[in-house]
Amino acid sequence: MAYISVKRPKFSLLDRLYVVELVKGLGITFKHLALSLVGKSRGKGDFSKEGVGVCMQFPEERWDARLPEYYRGAPTLVRGEDGRERCVSCQLCEFICPARAIKVTPGSVDENSSCAKQEKAPAEFEIDMLRCIYCGMCQEVCPEQAIFLSKEYLITPQDRKDAVRNKETLYRLGGTRKGLVNKWNQYK
Amino acid sequence: MLPKDAAAAEGKVNVQINGKWYRFPKGTRIADACNSVGAHVPCFCYHPKLSVAGSCRMCLVEQGMPPRLAPGATPQYNEDGYQTISWMPRAVIACANTVAENMGIRTDSKLTSEARRGVLEFLLSNHPLDCPICDQAGECKLQEYTADYGRGTHRFTESKTKKGKNLSIGPRVNLDQERCVLCRRCVRFMKEIVGEEVLGVVGRGTHNAIACYPGTELDSNYSMNVVDICPVGAMTSKDFRFKMRVWFLKSTPTIDVTNGTGTNINIWTREQQVYRITPRQNDEVNSCWMPDDARLAYKYINAPARLTTPLVRTDAGADQRPSTWDATIGLVTEQLHKCAPTEVAMIASARMTNEELYMVRALAKQLGITKLDIVPRTGEADDLLVSADRNPNSTGAKLILGKEGKGLRTIRNGVRNGSIRFLIALGEDLTSEEAGFTAEDLAGLDYLLCVSHSENATTKAADVVLPGVTFAEKYGTMINVAGRIQRLNKAIEPMGEARSDWDIYRSISQSLGCDCVNVIACPSPMAVLEQMALEFEPMHGLTWGNIGNEGKAIIETGVTIPLIEREKAKK
Ligand code: SF4
Ligand code: SF4
Ligand code: SF4
Ligand code: FES
Repeated sequence: MAYISVKRPKFSLLDRLYVVELVKGLGITFKHLALSLVGKSRGKGDFSKEGVGVCMQFPEERWDARLPEYYRGAPTLVRGEDGRERCVSCQLCEFICPARAIKVTPGSVDENSSCAKQEKAPAEFEIDMLRCIYCGMCQEVCPEQAIFLSKEYLITPQDRKDAVRNKETLYRLGGTRKGLVNKWNQYK
Repeated sequence: MLPKDAAAAEGKVNVQINGKWYRFPKGTRIADACNSVGAHVPCFCYHPKLSVAGSCRMCLVEQGMPPRLAPGATPQYNEDGYQTISWMPRAVIACANTVAENMGIRTDSKLTSEARRGVLEFLLSNHPLDCPICDQAGECKLQEYTADYGRGTHRFTESKTKKGKNLSIGPRVNLDQERCVLCRRCVRFMKEIVGEEVLGVVGRGTHNAIACYPGTELDSNYSMNVVDICPVGAMTSKDFRFKMRVWFLKSTPTIDVTNGTGTNINIWTREQQVYRITPRQNDEVNSCWMPDDARLAYKYINAPARLTTPLVRTDAGADQRPSTWDATIGLVTEQLHKCAPTEVAMIASARMTNEELYMVRALAKQLGITKLDIVPRTGEADDLLVSADRNPNSTGAKLILGKEGKGLRTIRNGVRNGSIRFLIALGEDLTSEEAGFTAEDLAGLDYLLCVSHSENATTKAADVVLPGVTFAEKYGTMINVAGRIQRLNKAIEPMGEARSDWDIYRSISQSLGCDCVNVIACPSPMAVLEQMALEFEPMHGLTWGNIGNEGKAIIETGVTIPLIEREKAKK
């Protein structure tokens, strides 16, 4: 394997002391504190229009409909429009995942199946939801557009084993996604 | 004196590479010269052990020579004593050309990289871009060079040529013709090294493809070497297919233990799992190659048959039950104290490292045993790398124990006629064909102590079983048939509670009352080696460090490795 060395950026003493960033962060906190003390907290208008008020009464009231389009929830696996399970078990997501939440067990595609050209698919695919930090790196690195972060945020496993989602669950949660690049067919 | 005369006196020539002057022996290939000074030249088809094909054109470099002199003119030298170089307007391939006096090479110039960019674009024009499903990804030359010289987008609007994918061309190798860059390394390997012409190129132009000749199969015992030398993922191993991406694997340099050659290998692991074995270059032992059977002889390391705790049978006829190390060693000591030394025999193994053999010797001495031998193992040699001696360390066993397996029959007879009541089997399955004991022989014994890494007929019959380790889990040295001492390195931790064999023998000796500090106070196999270096004449001066990854020839055995002899004769 070839190794390419990458230079880390040099930080000045001020950067390394971290004080400036700390003060900046605290500034934002105090700004919000001050605003809410005078009754002008952020987004108050929108919420009161919807009858939510300053505090959302969870679980009767929920974020679901109000989540921004870029919200990052639980990662899931998706099928393409052709019904093909898109993941080819390249294990790049396993490699990139900073929390080491993903474990892929690679396997082969049955030679007689309709997507035999793909040759490879996971025999098992596990994501440990107790480890996942919803960073979205897996979605970004996937060369097959097979893993996407959903809007699901209510994840309440009963025990550690229960927190590990297997391939079947991940595909069920991911469903079918339209408009993805069509690969591994007879034209390619 | 001019640099050219100084170099000529040493049989060398002066070559300027990227502006710096170096000296190389006459006849060095430009590619080798550049690589040796760190100016990397990308090559697909060139392999130092095969003939030169010059077909891929990836290794293009800009080259220049001193201007040709007009009749009667004398060469002009600058203050450093070199002639000026006039650069050629076109690039030349570095693999097929050799260096010459006052030659100039540029591996990083605009001309060079433009030429390589062009070549790479053509190589990729029909490439299927299979990386996500390709086992070569991560160690693929095409990926690496594309990172350096690729343009990132495809300019061809024609559809790509379709060829055979996932073809089985032999029992252990798969071929994907679309990924092939037609370097013909595989063809040349089979023809020049193995001597079986099985692979060839068929079709014309863009339909060129590698295939087996009709009616043949790539079934040689060296077939998997084509997987290693194939610069791309066209040839892939069936055994390693879709097992793990290579970037997760850690490679540990060690040696093969299936026969006396001691082929240098890398063993590739992730966590506690061994995924594959590949050959490691050693021009004195195995060149760049290894036989397939040795490559696939790793499955037992992670097999369910591995022993993970000491097992003891307290009452005759009862089942073995797991025990702890302290209790078991105590029990073994007690039992061995009861045995009369004349009625005890010990069977060691030439599959042990020198360090283990040394500890076995100490244990035998402590017990006062004279009936001790190893199990000889022979097979057919193949005139390449497989030696007739199927034990990896026969030379070591002969040096340290002074045994070659001649006394095994006496021990067997002793067991059968009842003069041997107690047997200690170290690292050998006594019911194997080579050892020649039967299940009845073992059942008739009063006491059978066994050290083994896996369950077998002997461990099942034993009164006490101590779990040892396989070659992937130990440090140690072995001496091959040609008398070369080489190191084994630990790639994974021992399974469960298993312990290194040398340490097991050391603990038993200690518990039996051995008071030799060189034995009982040994902290590591490296220390055992140092002790042996003092005791055995051929090992004088050896340390773990100075053996190195290539090993050291220490004994004249008169045995040679046919493949290496042939390679040397070619030079
Ligand atoms: S979102 Fe981040 S942490 Fe979660 S599985 Fe993906 S890469 Fe790992
Ligand atoms: S989800 Fe994407 S990145 Fe992860 S293994 Fe499957 S194809 Fe590769
Ligand atoms: S199969 Fe591999 S080694 Fe053989 S010609 Fe193609 S790229 Fe070269
Ligand atoms: S490496 Fe020189 S032409 Fe292929």
